[in-house]
Amino acid sequence: MPSLRPEDMNITRDDLMNGHRPGQRATILAPRGDDPVQQQQNEVFDAELNRRLDIGEVREKLAGKEGPAFWQSMEELSEHPDFTELMEREFPRMAPRFSEVDRRGFLKLMGASMAMAGLTACTKQPTERIVPYVRAPEEFIPSKSTFFATSMTLGGYAMGLLAESHMGRPTKIEGNELHPASLGSSDAFAQAAILGLYDPDRSKKVLQQGVPSTWAMFRNAMVAQLQMELNTQGAGLRIVTEPVTSPSIAAWIHRVMERFPRAKWVPYDAIGRDHAKAGAQAAFGEHVDTIYHFDRADVVVALDVDFLGEGPAHVRYARDFSARRNMAEDGVQMNRLYAVECVPSMTGATADHAIPMRASDIEKFARAIARYLGIDAPGTDLDASRAMHAKLIADDLKKAGSKAAIVVGERQPAAVHALAHALHDVLGAAGDAVTYIDPVEVDAPERQSSLKELAEDMEAGRVRAIAFLDVNPAYNAPADLNFASLMEQVPFKAHLGLYNDETAQLCHWHVPMTHFLEGWGDARAFDGTLSIIQPLIEPLYDCHTVHEVLAATLGDEEQSAYDLVKSYWQENGLADEKAWRRVLHDGVWEGSAFPAKDLRAKTRIDASHTQESGLELVFSADTATWDGRFANNAWLQEMPRALSKLTWDNVVMMAPSTAEQLNVAKGDVVTLTVEDRTVNGPVWVMPGHAPDSVSVQLGYGRTAVGAVGNGIGFNAYALRSSSAPWIQPRAQIALAGERYPLATTQRHHQMDGIKDRNLVRIASLDYFLKNPAFAHKKSHDPKEDQTMFPLYDYSQGYQWGMTINLNTCIGCNACLVACQAENNIPVVGKNEVANGREMHWIRIDRYYSGDLDKPDTHMQPVTCMHCEKAPCEPVCPVAATVHSADGLNQMVYNRCIGTRYCSNNCPYKVRRFNFLQYTDETTPQLKLLRNPNVTVRTRGVMEKCTYCVQRISKKRIAAERDHRTLQDGEVQTACQQACPTRAIVFGDINNPDSEVTRMKAHPLNYALLGELNVRPRTTYLAKVKNTHPAWAGEPKA
Amino acid sequence: MGRRTESVIMAMDPKTREEVYGQVGDMLAPGQTMASIGDDITSVILTKKPPRGWYIGLGISGLLMGVLMLSVGYLLMKGVGIWGINVPVGWGFAIINFVWWIGIGHAGTLISAVLFLFRQDWRTSINRFAEAMTLFAVSAAGLFPLLHTGRPWLAYWMFPYPNTLGMLPQFRSPLIWDVFAVSTYATVSAIFWYLGMIPDLATMRDKTKVGIQKIIYGMAAMGWRGSALHWHRYEVAYLLFAGLATPLVISVHSIVALDFAVSVIPGWHTTIFPPYFVAGAVFSGFAMVLTLVIPVRKMYKLEHLITLRHIDNMSKIMLATGLMVFYGYLNEVFFGWYSAHEYEMFMIWNRMTGPYAWSFWMLIFCNGIVPQLLWFKRIRRNTIAIFIISIVINIGMWLERFVIVVTSLHRDFLPSSWDMYAPTVWDWGMYLGSIGFFFFAMFLFLRWVPMIAIFEVREAHHKQEHKH
Repeated sequence: MPSLRPEDMNITRDDLMNGHRPGQRATILAPRGDDPVQQQQNEVFDAELNRRLDIGEVREKLAGKEGPAFWQSMEELSEHPDFTELMEREFPRMAPRFSEVDRRGFLKLMGASMAMAGLTACTKQPTERIVPYVRAPEEFIPSKSTFFATSMTLGGYAMGLLAESHMGRPTKIEGNELHPASLGSSDAFAQAAILGLYDPDRSKKVLQQGVPSTWAMFRNAMVAQLQMELNTQGAGLRIVTEPVTSPSIAAWIHRVMERFPRAKWVPYDAIGRDHAKAGAQAAFGEHVDTIYHFDRADVVVALDVDFLGEGPAHVRYARDFSARRNMAEDGVQMNRLYAVECVPSMTGATADHAIPMRASDIEKFARAIARYLGIDAPGTDLDASRAMHAKLIADDLKKAGSKAAIVVGERQPAAVHALAHALHDVLGAAGDAVTYIDPVEVDAPERQSSLKELAEDMEAGRVRAIAFLDVNPAYNAPADLNFASLMEQVPFKAHLGLYNDETAQLCHWHVPMTHFLEGWGDARAFDGTLSIIQPLIEPLYDCHTVHEVLAATLGDEEQSAYDLVKSYWQENGLADEKAWRRVLHDGVWEGSAFPAKDLRAKTRIDASHTQESGLELVFSADTATWDGRFANNAWLQEMPRALSKLTWDNVVMMAPSTAEQLNVAKGDVVTLTVEDRTVNGPVWVMPGHAPDSVSVQLGYGRTAVGAVGNGIGFNAYALRSSSAPWIQPRAQIALAGERYPLATTQRHHQMDGIKDRNLVRIASLDYFLKNPAFAHKKSHDPKEDQTMFPLYDYSQGYQWGMTINLNTCIGCNACLVACQAENNIPVVGKNEVANGREMHWIRIDRYYSGDLDKPDTHMQPVTCMHCEKAPCEPVCPVAATVHSADGLNQMVYNRCIGTRYCSNNCPYKVRRFNFLQYTDETTPQLKLLRNPNVTVRTRGVMEKCTYCVQRISKKRIAAERDHRTLQDGEVQTACQQACPTRAIVFGDINNPDSEVTRMKAHPLNYALLGELNVRPRTTYLAKVKNTHPAWAGEPKA
Repeated sequence: MGRRTESVIMAMDPKTREEVYGQVGDMLAPGQTMASIGDDITSVILTKKPPRGWYIGLGISGLLMGVLMLSVGYLLMKGVGIWGINVPVGWGFAIINFVWWIGIGHAGTLISAVLFLFRQDWRTSINRFAEAMTLFAVSAAGLFPLLHTGRPWLAYWMFPYPNTLGMLPQFRSPLIWDVFAVSTYATVSAIFWYLGMIPDLATMRDKTKVGIQKIIYGMAAMGWRGSALHWHRYEVAYLLFAGLATPLVISVHSIVALDFAVSVIPGWHTTIFPPYFVAGAVFSGFAMVLTLVIPVRKMYKLEHLITLRHIDNMSKIMLATGLMVFYGYLNEVFFGWYSAHEYEMFMIWNRMTGPYAWSFWMLIFCNGIVPQLLWFKRIRRNTIAIFIISIVINIGMWLERFVIVVTSLHRDFLPSSWDMYAPTVWDWGMYLGSIGFFFFAMFLFLRWVPMIAIFEVREAHHKQEHKH
């Protein structure tokens, strides 16, 4: 692990700690016309006045005075250099009076102020080195980056990652090919984690009731408190954590529990997997985890679940699933996906048949399918068309037999999960398309309590000391628990977290937590595979890990986070240093996955209580902020949501028909009422949403997360109750009579103008098999030689090209955030998005076709096409955009004067302009974030996708040094590397064996707007849908 | 016309006066002498107090100049993001205003050069005025391409100059053609205007009694003594410049049209643009001359020098060019449909029925329907009617550029990128500011330079009197 302090990067720790709130960040969020400079000055000024005084120092001063001493303020008395400076600035003419001293006095004062300057610094001053390294650290070469394996957890589950490090600072995250949950790909959360690390709003200091303190003082306070708890064997002690898959954390919790046998551990996740657990319990009598093998599944039924976009294995699932839909590969037998869903998701958009259905009706539908397949699942009958659909699905499942998979979402009650298990059993899928393993999450039933029980204990005054480790229940606990107010009754509260958040502010102690790129840890993936969380950088601030806090609870001798993790593994199978290093290097412990279990499910599943009709309120995790933890991540906030293309807000989603019934329109503010709690939110009319259902996204309306996330959106947790965490049948909705502006990146969703524009070309599987070249019948692409002028000879050297497979793209945005991270793309803020000025170099266009209530959804990633005859090039007056010999349309930022003519003349509108100074050039943390190989753009400059030219050059130079040509696949663009489904293929089109050449030769390959004869280097593989032949209203070819 | 004649004319009731001038139908009202022409024109500057309207006009336009300064200052501080432009509408008010102002400039050159070559002597009363207008309009136009760039401090990179980068501009870009066309046009217009003014500056030098004015006018007159040799050289130079300026009338707006025509965007990619832009430019230029000249002749009581015949002739030119422009609109619509090309058809359909349909239909009203009134002589000779029509046409020509720039860009090929454009307060600030700048310059011109070419009117008077 590279050990580099931030000091080594010309940025002092003081810069980071005090990190002036930069003007730019304020600009991003403030509406036009606010003066960020003024704001900044005020803040600096306030910071000075708020600086804490050492009272002891003041007392000493007073004691030293002879005779009656007059003093105006304690600051003055301390003769604090800051005070003198402030005085001088405020009252320039008064300043000399404060420094009227004689020579001796001056010398004394100088000595004193130097000593005091030392006192004011609570952190170590930066080490300044004036000689270069005598022995340079290994692999520590300027301009050369190194990769380290690590893991990121979400809800406790790990995804293996590789983090790129430039001179000791992590700058980019990639998937880890060896890790089962990643296979080299990643998702938007993982891509954005790098910004999370450098978030200037992260908590920086240990706080005691909001006042800076130290880790040692926290430890002392904690140990003292727990000493008292020992008397009652810890009956008043509660430890709240995220769900734990980490064996070492589990061991520490175990040790704490041994010391305090009557203490309780509360694993808590606002999103959680409670229904899935209860479903397994109901079907098998034990808690097991389900693993899907979509590469083996012929028919997949998704019941209210976005398995391609959410969950601990979604990246892996997306890969497996799409492998069966890549029709450009030979011998692929296409699978069929039915998505029954309430809230439109990526899974629904990808599905061959998406069936919008109220969340409370889905159980009935699932029961009908189950009954067709011979399961004892009593339930009411469906109406005719639904019954027909259920029958068709049941028949298809039966035909698929062991190659069938039924996926159920957490929103559905346990009974539906149990039904899926029973179906797998009946179909024989268990062991083939589905396997079961022991739970990955650590369970300790006898020592565990739920958040609800915790709230009851708190209310009864049974809780005397509580530690919140990386959880934020004051924000995201169900509202009916009144968790925040119950917290007042606890005499000792400590919080560990990345932010000084809602919970931290109610606690006596807050300890900043390490980001996963800063602190040691371990975690298991969805299949049990173990990974070590390996940091790449020393904590930027005074941060600590969960391990350290748990160890502090026991009051043991202090150990480093590294020792705490390593010592555990030395006793648990990785005693061998070589094996330990292997695990660190690979990012996975090979063979640590849990073995499949052979289980029989019950086939009699009792119905759960669901509401039959009426308007329901449905909750979902936000695809950008998740449960709210990513609310301060501007990349995610500005990421257009997969289906709505909405940024910076959460909304009240409903179907067009429901909006008509309620007589509301997009942007109308409505009041949602559950019991006596109300929340106001803007309406979003969502084609494909289930009728008679209204859905809201969790993760917004935060009040204490940072400058980016505070106060945007509404807090949907306020409507959630512990009895109905996902589907609230008794919600009322009323117009609030206001309008609220929403910022989307796409305002038009039809592909048609007057005629069909054939932007996304699509056919049914049958039609495709009969007419493999259907995609070409729809365009009039000009012939190559129809030109008066000689063409440039592109037959030599590398010629870069790309294909994007529309059949496998699920629209997950991993590429978009990866591009943002790789290419230093700035965030512009909600107002600028609303102005149509978002900067993303790759965007995912989403089109609808067909019925408004049940539309077909199409995703189409669009980025610079690198046209061989690029219309942008001849119109630039200063030759700032030119063509390279290897076929790249290049942008020379330094030469650009910003006429925007190129953007106007781009038929794809992929060029992005810095209308204002968008890049924050002042915040020290963000300087660390940037990719040093990509120029940071200032205002007035055009930019766009470069095919990651820095990556091409890096690999090409390395190959040239070795006197060889680049191999296919050696150069990967950031979007391609992040893509979970491998929809993006990039390579040398002059190489006859390259994958991209193969893709381009496939009949499905077509050029978007090819008729313009701009000869784009990026082309698309047309979409094929495997619709059921007997399904009513199948899409026409 | 001395005080006497003037008082006689002013003593007539307005209707009679109108009739007398109308019936005469001559370039100049009767009763002029060589001396009275000189006195009338120079007295505006040298002896008379400027009319009240001048002070008001200068004050208002000066205020608007202040708005321009503020808008430009804020623009330089913040960047073009203060405007309403976005992706896909990368050009907004700035380019609309640029094309509009350049178009307005055209009338001046047409009047001074083309009509001169065609021996249209009636131009003499208005050519100085129209040329000044050209100069100020081109200056106002020139502001925009410079300031609309993202990094205006580097805009000089568009000029071919020797530099350490070893870079020339990219000559395939129509914006570079613009740089040459507009800078040539501005230079030639300025020289032509100044050259034509030299004999009159000498008259001013001779007439003024104020020392400082004598010196300034004297220096500006460059030693003009009115000798036969001077006159001979002057005539030759003027003819040559008229010959040089004439092709510029065609080239400048053709090239501005190519900014659009060269692109691939439906609504821009049209071969008819160059001729139709030139016609539009002359159309808007004459409208602007009329907008200015009608109040000025009233304000300065110069109805006897700028007569209804002038207004009538200019209206006829407006009618002719207006018809050409309207033909252009019809042509665009026809070819949009005839192309059978989805994007072209949609573009026309979107213009006529889309969110900016109001601008298209207002354009048709302003530039297509209202000019038809000019078929009637009664209207052509009604100054109030012509004044209103000329303003309507100015608005229409601005809308034409709005339709071309905004409606073509806001919905092009991929519906995913479609967006709307709405100007901000800073867009308006720049636009109104540029109008302020133009009028401020015009008012200063009226105050300090003979607004009518004295010697040319004398020459015309001579011809009118002696019928040869």
